[in-house]
Amino acid sequence: MKYLSDYRDPQHARHLLDRIRKQCTRRWTIMEVCGGQTHALLRSGIDEALSDCVELIHGPGCPVCVTPACVIQNAIQLSMRPQTLVTTFGDMLRVPGNRGSLLDSQAERGNIKAVYSPMDAVRLAQRHPEQEVIFLAVGFETTAPATALAVLQAAQLKLDNFSILCSHVCVLPAMKLLASSKQNRVQGFLAAGHVCTLTGFDEYAGFVEQFQMPVAVTGFEPTDLLVGILEVITQLEQEQAALVNCYPRAVKRKGNHSARQICGQVFDVTDRQWRGMPIIPGGGLCLKPEWSSYDAELKFPLSDNIQQEIQTVCRSGEVLTGMIKPSECPAFGLQCTPQTPLGAPMVSSEGACAAYYRYRNNIFTKQNKPV
Amino acid sequence: MTDSSWTGSCPLGVTSQNKIITLAHGEGGLLSRQLIGDVILPGLGEAALRSQDDAAVIDLPRNRLHFSTDSYVVTPMFFPGGDIGSLAINGTVNDLLVSGANPQWMTLSFIIEEGLPFEILTEILASVSRTAQQAGVKIATGDTKVVPRGAADGLYINTTGVGVPFDSPQPDPHNLHSCDQLIVTGPIGQHGIAILSAREELAFDPPPQSDCQSLQDPVHKLIQAGVTIRAMRDATRGGLAAILHEWAASSAKTLTIDEKNIPIARQTRSVCELLGLDPLFSACEGTMLVAVPKEEAEKTIQVLRESDISKEATIIGEVHPAKSAPVTIRRLLGIEQPIDEPLGSQFPRIC
Repeated sequence: MKYLSDYRDPQHARHLLDRIRKQCTRRWTIMEVCGGQTHALLRSGIDEALSDCVELIHGPGCPVCVTPACVIQNAIQLSMRPQTLVTTFGDMLRVPGNRGSLLDSQAERGNIKAVYSPMDAVRLAQRHPEQEVIFLAVGFETTAPATALAVLQAAQLKLDNFSILCSHVCVLPAMKLLASSKQNRVQGFLAAGHVCTLTGFDEYAGFVEQFQMPVAVTGFEPTDLLVGILEVITQLEQEQAALVNCYPRAVKRKGNHSARQICGQVFDVTDRQWRGMPIIPGGGLCLKPEWSSYDAELKFPLSDNIQQEIQTVCRSGEVLTGMIKPSECPAFGLQCTPQTPLGAPMVSSEGACAAYYRYRNNIFTKQNKPV
Repeated sequence: MTDSSWTGSCPLGVTSQNKIITLAHGEGGLLSRQLIGDVILPGLGEAALRSQDDAAVIDLPRNRLHFSTDSYVVTPMFFPGGDIGSLAINGTVNDLLVSGANPQWMTLSFIIEEGLPFEILTEILASVSRTAQQAGVKIATGDTKVVPRGAADGLYINTTGVGVPFDSPQPDPHNLHSCDQLIVTGPIGQHGIAILSAREELAFDPPPQSDCQSLQDPVHKLIQAGVTIRAMRDATRGGLAAILHEWAASSAKTLTIDEKNIPIARQTRSVCELLGLDPLFSACEGTMLVAVPKEEAEKTIQVLRESDISKEATIIGEVHPAKSAPVTIRRLLGIEQPIDEPLGSQFPRIC
């Protein structure tokens, strides 16, 4: 199968849309966990096409969005140190911290470079022994193995000028927090397929058991998403709650063994604050004590280690937890646009606000619904 | 460009063991003369218009000329499908062509970082010469400056081109009418992806190729066929999305394109998917957008497909009376969505 055509086949997509509509005897509320799924749903117009029978709530699975502003601020502070280069993924650069973004800091005097992989940061450290290369490590279980590999490689190369500012997060504890919230409206989940390629999906069985909600491990192409939605809807209609892998071409039950092993070697699970959310028990990864010499926070104690989030009119915390839709935020499209983002979800290519701004804007009318 | 007849050798000169350009080559003395006389003019070969003075003299065939300038600072200097030399010629040639003029003369100015190997300069000059001859333009005059190490990144080129207008109405996006058809001459986004892959050393195999090429042939074919060209632009920085927004603003119309009709090479699409980039925002360097009246669209496609450069020409959309969004795209399921105006460079997503 050709991924970029067959999984986007309009005819197949329409057939699945019809099946979902026929199944529904009422309107159900489903959360797609990953920001990549949110963008694909909005881009293809699936959420709008199903709006009468399925409410899609956009989950917190945008790695850039959940990185606390204080972490960005700390990275900015480190980038101002002499002989220091802070590297991170390009998507991170425009996200506002408490006082501007990494890109703003670069325009002033911060030494910042976008990299495509943590291994690029290791190579930079190798090429430039005269400077400290710090990798701002963000992302879910999808990017954590590459960071772990970078630490292992730096150790193998005996680099003493490489370190990481670790802000990795784990998705399942956040799903538990949302599902156990008193305000929760979500009745079923589309689990993030990419995360599950690494972690597998065994550990979701306990979640399904505990919360009695259907979970479909779901991919990112339009027909993948529709298959996941159909699975969850079918279960809800039959009052069932099961764990189903709807993305078997990428996800295996046990995930990626080597990647999990490398992560286990380098990281411990820790409690972690997510942007817009409270501290999530087990919601993050930190370096194991034996790798502490690669921990930038320990290596370069920050004089002004900011832990407090600054409150603005931005309601991205509520967007990230699915409490409100991006368009319900009073700043959306007014003070907050991709040019002048107040919150991370308006910046990131996986952020829900950016998806609404980009794919909805103001031309959308009912006549545009697919036929 | 001053043509030097001085050909003797010098211990510090070009022919010595010193194989890199130094600040002294930009100081205006003997070494400067050697650089121009022994390296640049021979390197340009037939592409250079020989003149003896500080200014070139050209005979004007008309009392109206098109004039365009651009600076080229691309990193890396060599990339799959082209180099800074071919880009500097094709870029300015294409700007003149799409403005409705036949490019005739160009200036060529180098800003060279101290330490650039002569070997690289020679290779780029050969590329400039080859490209200029293919495009039928003469290098009328030029300049060379050498700046200290660190003050530039290897080599920058500025070209200014002069073109003679075609005997047909000038393309102008203010003229766009509702129902006009939007045509692209080939797969979009290739140059941007090729440069990104080369610059970041992304190990795609085969490496993505730039579409860096002159639009001379397709533009001449359109003019000869007498097609009514309402607007014509090469989709460089900001890609197709940027041109669509510019035209929408000029014409006060809404431009709508159909996702399923946009030609995108399989590799460009794959790289974009992998990195989370949108090919609509990725630069082209030899692919243009043409707007023609609806009744001439089929003929335009036929004419364009006669040229190797535009054999994949396709109708991708049309012009509508203004809606609330200036540029929209019909997605695969038939839903119409706005397209944003490009905002700086695209950043790859995390995962």
